[in-house]
Amino acid sequence: MIEPQPVTVTVNGARVRRFVEPRVSLADFLRRDLGLTGTHLGCEVGACGACIVNLDGQPVHACLMLAVQADGMRIDTIEGLSDSGELAELQAAFHARNALQCGFCTPGILVVARDFIRDCRASGRRPTRAVIRDALSGNYCRCTGYEAIVDAIESVAGAAPMREDAA
Amino acid sequence: MKARAFDYRRVASVAEALDAYAACEGEARFLAGGQSLLPALNLRLDAPDLLIDIGRIESLRGIVLEGDRLRIGALTRHAETLTSPLIAEHAPLLTQAAAYMAHPAIRNLGTMGGSLALSDPASELPACMRALGAELEITGRDGTRTIAADDFFLDLFENVIEPGEMLTAVRVPLPVPGTRMRFDEIARRRGDYALVGLAAHLVLTGPTVESARLAFCSVGPTPMRAPAAEAALAGRSLDAAAIAEAKAALADDLAPDEDEGFSAAARMHLARVLLGRVLSALTGQEYGEMAA
Repeated sequence: MIEPQPVTVTVNGARVRRFVEPRVSLADFLRRDLGLTGTHLGCEVGACGACIVNLDGQPVHACLMLAVQADGMRIDTIEGLSDSGELAELQAAFHARNALQCGFCTPGILVVARDFIRDCRASGRRPTRAVIRDALSGNYCRCTGYEAIVDAIESVAGAAPMREDAA
Repeated sequence: MKARAFDYRRVASVAEALDAYAACEGEARFLAGGQSLLPALNLRLDAPDLLIDIGRIESLRGIVLEGDRLRIGALTRHAETLTSPLIAEHAPLLTQAAAYMAHPAIRNLGTMGGSLALSDPASELPACMRALGAELEITGRDGTRTIAADDFFLDLFENVIEPGEMLTAVRVPLPVPGTRMRFDEIARRRGDYALVGLAAHLVLTGPTVESARLAFCSVGPTPMRAPAAEAALAGRSLDAAAIAEAKAALADDLAPDEDEGFSAAARMHLARVLLGRVLSALTGQEYGEMAA
């Protein structure tokens, strides 16, 4: 008999404690146990990027991590990053340029784009479109053909500094 | 798909991990970054009874100079390999290769030891280890042994690690003056598995190639050395004629398989193109300078 194990994580700033079966992925834990369904689950093998969340501030695939592995760590999902306003500039750019259609890939792309833009600004470089496409190479979008997504990220990357992560 | 049920135990030391493995009555797996293991579990290609999470063992971390070697702990993340100043200074081949390894979110969790222990011949790190002449440190309950990268890889996803042993570190020799190294690969898309990849490590005295170590990925069941091409370079000036001979000699080194969508001949052609590209780039480096 495999027993559920205790997991304590900080999700979007709130401390959460649950008992979880070892085989449950972080993505399923967020969606089913915590009701945070903004983290989307596509391929479950780390190819599509729809489930990407921040783990201790770094983007990771929530389908390629067990909830029990994340014990003691900080997770920020699309819900938390949206509510805090950290993504507002990117979200406005995606809206203005129609950089989403069905929206399934959007949460993962926003998490990756935020990390990418933060890196660009830290290093003082303004990315080319090729570099932006490279940064998105782990995110599938089946609707837009990526052009509008690259446009949106390019417009933010070329603008004034984004609000920095508080943590 | 979802993984089959398994038990999970997080351990704090290598000794504890090895004991847990020995005590497991079914199949156990060490879980490091999980970026290959979890896909395999989710696809039910693998269904162990127990995962032993070694991801927080402190002694498996760290990149340090040890005499004439750079020791890289097994839990070094690919993102650290990409940005480590020590690796950039002493083993820039790995810095270059890390940029080709999957995508940033995978690199944030995937580990050096995990990639080498998996021994996927399409991966960059196994080829780099052979090109660098690295040693791999394997620890079991009876102690630690060290094995040369050239002797480590046995076959497709097979290596010399015995059940109950763990890859704990790699040691990369520090470059001697005249060393040049370069990694490059050809893939359909950035982050995809390479159609062919090449890790090249040359030592030159003046214009003359003293030694060449060439290791290819994705052209055989293991990372493949290219002894005929290496011999074609040894003792020669690194010029267009020598490069052409090395490219021709590759026919004696590699015999890639057909696969869906790609013929053996096409893959062989790409291997030659890549060898020419990498060696030409190395020609351009100043003597004594390493690729940045």
